[in-house]
Amino acid sequence: MRQVMNILKKECGLYFISPIAYIVISIFLLVTGWFFFSTFFLYNQADLRNFFNLLPLIFSFVVPAVTMKLFSEELSAGSYETLLTLPVTFSDVILGKFLAAVVFVIAMLVPTLAYPITVSFLGQLDWGPVAGGYIGAVLLGAAFSAIGLFASSLTRNQITAFIIGMTICFGMTLIDKMLFFLPLSILGFLQFIGADFHFQNISKGIIDSRDILYFLSVTFVALFGAHLVMQEKN
Amino acid sequence: MIHVESLTKYYNDLCAVDQISFDIKTGEILGLLGPNGAGKTTTLRMLTGFIHPTSGNISVKDFNIDEHPLEIKKLMGYLPESAPLYHDMLVYDYLSFVLSIRGIGVEKKTPRIHKLADLCGINEIMHKPVGELSKGYRQRVGLAHAMMSDPEILILDEPTSGLDPNQIVEIREIIRRIGKEKTVILSTHILSEAEATCDRIIIINHGRIVADGSAETLKQSASGEYLINILLKNAEFKSVKDELLSIDGIKSVTPIENEEYLQVKLLCKSPSDLRGNIYRKIKQTDWILVGFYRETRTLENIFRELTREV
Repeated sequence: MRQVMNILKKECGLYFISPIAYIVISIFLLVTGWFFFSTFFLYNQADLRNFFNLLPLIFSFVVPAVTMKLFSEELSAGSYETLLTLPVTFSDVILGKFLAAVVFVIAMLVPTLAYPITVSFLGQLDWGPVAGGYIGAVLLGAAFSAIGLFASSLTRNQITAFIIGMTICFGMTLIDKMLFFLPLSILGFLQFIGADFHFQNISKGIIDSRDILYFLSVTFVALFGAHLVMQEKN
Repeated sequence: MIHVESLTKYYNDLCAVDQISFDIKTGEILGLLGPNGAGKTTTLRMLTGFIHPTSGNISVKDFNIDEHPLEIKKLMGYLPESAPLYHDMLVYDYLSFVLSIRGIGVEKKTPRIHKLADLCGINEIMHKPVGELSKGYRQRVGLAHAMMSDPEILILDEPTSGLDPNQIVEIREIIRRIGKEKTVILSTHILSEAEATCDRIIIINHGRIVADGSAETLKQSASGEYLINILLKNAEFKSVKDELLSIDGIKSVTPIENEEYLQVKLLCKSPSDLRGNIYRKIKQTDWILVGFYRETRTLENIFRELTREV
């Protein structure tokens, strides 16, 4: 656990000393802010449903961009070798890097708290769905971070890692919107796989153990995948 | 200290390391020599646990690398080839990260970093990002990284590559100083370096050990052959050749172009020094002896003989 903390600290440091972190956060805020507030006054409703509706889609682009460098950069620079010959295990490295990505996602979400605060001045805001939405957003961010981390472990090219990660996240977000084309027999199963489906449940303010379990299992499977990839490289 | 037994590594179908076995004692400085692609780096990477051998066994102290990789990693400091480090990190931050990973407490951290910064000569660049450093400085930071926790075993993959001659001498001195108490394994293809720093040299070619021993024993043992150079005046090559070939142990006499004198090179194969016999032979003739010396076999010759493509 001590080693996980050390790697987490190092990765966070690497995130926030590079300008890319601030660029990604700015773009994220710009996109969400625009999509949310451009239609907010048309709806004339004091809630954040629009924001949370869009979040999975935006996350499926932004989170893989955050995680793409985690392994790829080390593999191409060769520092992977230096890191792995230090007394750390694969799980230490994976957990450290994963938690750093989660910290980054949280750092990205914190400024968006300005939205509910603004909205609460404009009307009666129900804080339940907002709290649910943020819990869901962190879980979703964690699941997508794990997927992005897995994608990053596959290749030494950051762009490839980004595209792989984005494709998986994007597919998981959209799968329950494509159910129309899919055979009826596996419909229920495919809907259950969809990340958006579970996220929308939570963001309505209903915290169901099934949804939480879903995000945790996606996270676990992706991290385990990264572990297998590391073992294969060894 | 380190025991390696029939270590083998295949990359798909390519055999990089083939049945290598050796033992390293505490306090030994071992040089791994070989041409490019001989399997030096692969061997070192397997020793550090970075890659897994296809077959074979490595144990350090009483730890087996399969069962206790963490314990072994704790004992080792490793400088990979061309010192890959985090480009965006400051040198100080990087070294301090290494110390935390190695489990060295906060209060011991600063003195340790200061000590190694002095030792490796990186004081002025402590607050620069690693990516901005020159090759030589990066190599020194890599060396500081490897020695950070004062490990019992130091594994250095081409430690002096990219350094200027002054730094090379410094680094060699550092290695020799550490080698008094620690076990050092280094790979290089600079022969003079191996000769100057290592107690023991292992030459590998195509993944196999072709020679193992100190520089001195390697020089002597290489098939018992040696060369003698003679410079003569007032002599004919043909008669010189006939006379000298009659000495037992002289295999061949070859002329060497020389404007003033007659110069010949004798290939001798004999456990004893044949110079006495040659001298006596020359004394019986009326040749004038101008020069007479035995060529010392250099490690270079031995290396070339052992690793020549057949």
